Amino acid sequence: MASGSCAIRICLRTNKFIVLRNIRLIARLDIKGPNLIKGIHLEGLRVIGSPNEYALRYYQQGADELIYMDCVASLYGRNHLGDIIRSAAKNIFVPMTVGGGIRSVEDATNILRAGADKVAVNTAAVSNPKLINEISRRFGSQCMVLSIEAKEVGKDLWEVYTNNGRERTGLDVIDWVKRGVAKGAGEVLLTSVDREGTRKGFDIALVRAVTAEISVPVIACGGMGKPEDLVDVVNMGHADAVAMADILHYNRSDIGEIRAVAKESGMGVRDYESA
Amino acid sequence: MKAPEVTVIDYGVGNLLSVQRGLEHCGARVIVTEDPKLILAATKLVLPGVGAFGNAMQALAALGLIEVIREVAERGTPLLGICLGMQLLLEESDEFGITAGLGLIPGRVIPVPTKALSGKEHKIPHIGWSALHASAASESWSGTLMENNQTGEAAYFVHSFMAVPTDPAHIIAGCLYGGHFIPGVIGRDQITGCQFHPEKSGEVGLKILRRFILQ
Repeated sequence: MASGSCAIRICLRTNKFIVLRNIRLIARLDIKGPNLIKGIHLEGLRVIGSPNEYALRYYQQGADELIYMDCVASLYGRNHLGDIIRSAAKNIFVPMTVGGGIRSVEDATNILRAGADKVAVNTAAVSNPKLINEISRRFGSQCMVLSIEAKEVGKDLWEVYTNNGRERTGLDVIDWVKRGVAKGAGEVLLTSVDREGTRKGFDIALVRAVTAEISVPVIACGGMGKPEDLVDVVNMGHADAVAMADILHYNRSDIGEIRAVAKESGMGVRDYESA
Repeated sequence: MKAPEVTVIDYGVGNLLSVQRGLEHCGARVIVTEDPKLILAATKLVLPGVGAFGNAMQALAALGLIEVIREVAERGTPLLGICLGMQLLLEESDEFGITAGLGLIPGRVIPVPTKALSGKEHKIPHIGWSALHASAASESWSGTLMENNQTGEAAYFVHSFMAVPTDPAHIIAGCLYGGHFIPGVIGRDQITGCQFHPEKSGEVGLKILRRFILQ
């Protein structure tokens, strides 16, 4: 007897639930030095407060994951988030992705040892695409998040930027994302530089163009102004997850309300009751 | 009261800090070690793990831990395998050729089906929060690490392979992915495996860790 097929056919005792892919609600924390900050188009950074105070609040509200991004790391060539992540690991028990200035397998190892579950790589992946293979082979593709900063350069045309939206690369987003996935990226964090911090809603055309081309999960990021924006980017852009910052940091909504709006729209989200 | 002690096996794979912090948060005193003597002396043992099955078995063998873990488990010491650590509890895995596991729970590790029951391709790895339900064979969660959990509560999964016990009675809970049943918690006597990460599943996972620590 093939044990595999046997167990797969076991039916569940509870048969009255609908099988939906759960859309993940992710809080994104951009960090500069010891501070949580927020910009517009990834620039003009304003200090918001202490990262872990906000992170704990989002965990308690029911965030499905957290993303920490060191905003100036690429410029200075190193990631300073180790201490922040180590301290977050004491009281936050959802997955944490860390990005910004990850340049080597060693950088990835260090940040994973500090309590991160995945690393997000942008600048170093562009300059050294082999790094994607290396991280993926060492820690598994689920650990290797390809972070892409995209700027619209024409109709249905987006260019890859690095160094937190500061530098153009000449790479086409669609070409690059396909290469990145072929090299072992297990997930894509797709940030629209044009929409980031503007509250104008996600760049749905961008998200749709990317999700149509790859089979790994895509996290849409940049522009969430109201809970309904999430519904649009999932239904029309086919995003698997949504990263939000501004809308949470400035208390314009909270994860509970966003989850309720998502559920109301018929979308699958994690059932979460705040403690 | 002295904090209950939990020994976490450090064999060079995965994010041990999160497992350690999760257990500490739930009131345990945690020893992280690769020392066979300390592992033999464990009163509660956690086998974590992220990565490939073959590499993990090689790492355990290189540290001389395979027989040690079997001995600790067979004498009835509570053992919790997490994610890859759960898969290692089975007899063998299909990942990159057939590799033998610890053989503590009869069954094998196979790929998560790449297509949904509808025939549509779905995403692999299975990443995200999935609701846990009792399997047809598990009458009740009482007496298991899931005792304090409710059906429908979601846990955080990230995996491409799944552990499938030969005896359906060893499946305690699971989730549906693309319509396929995926074992989420398996167990035999004092040996339990969680496919999802209890240390990354918020309060739902912490309840399981608390139950493990206090058993």
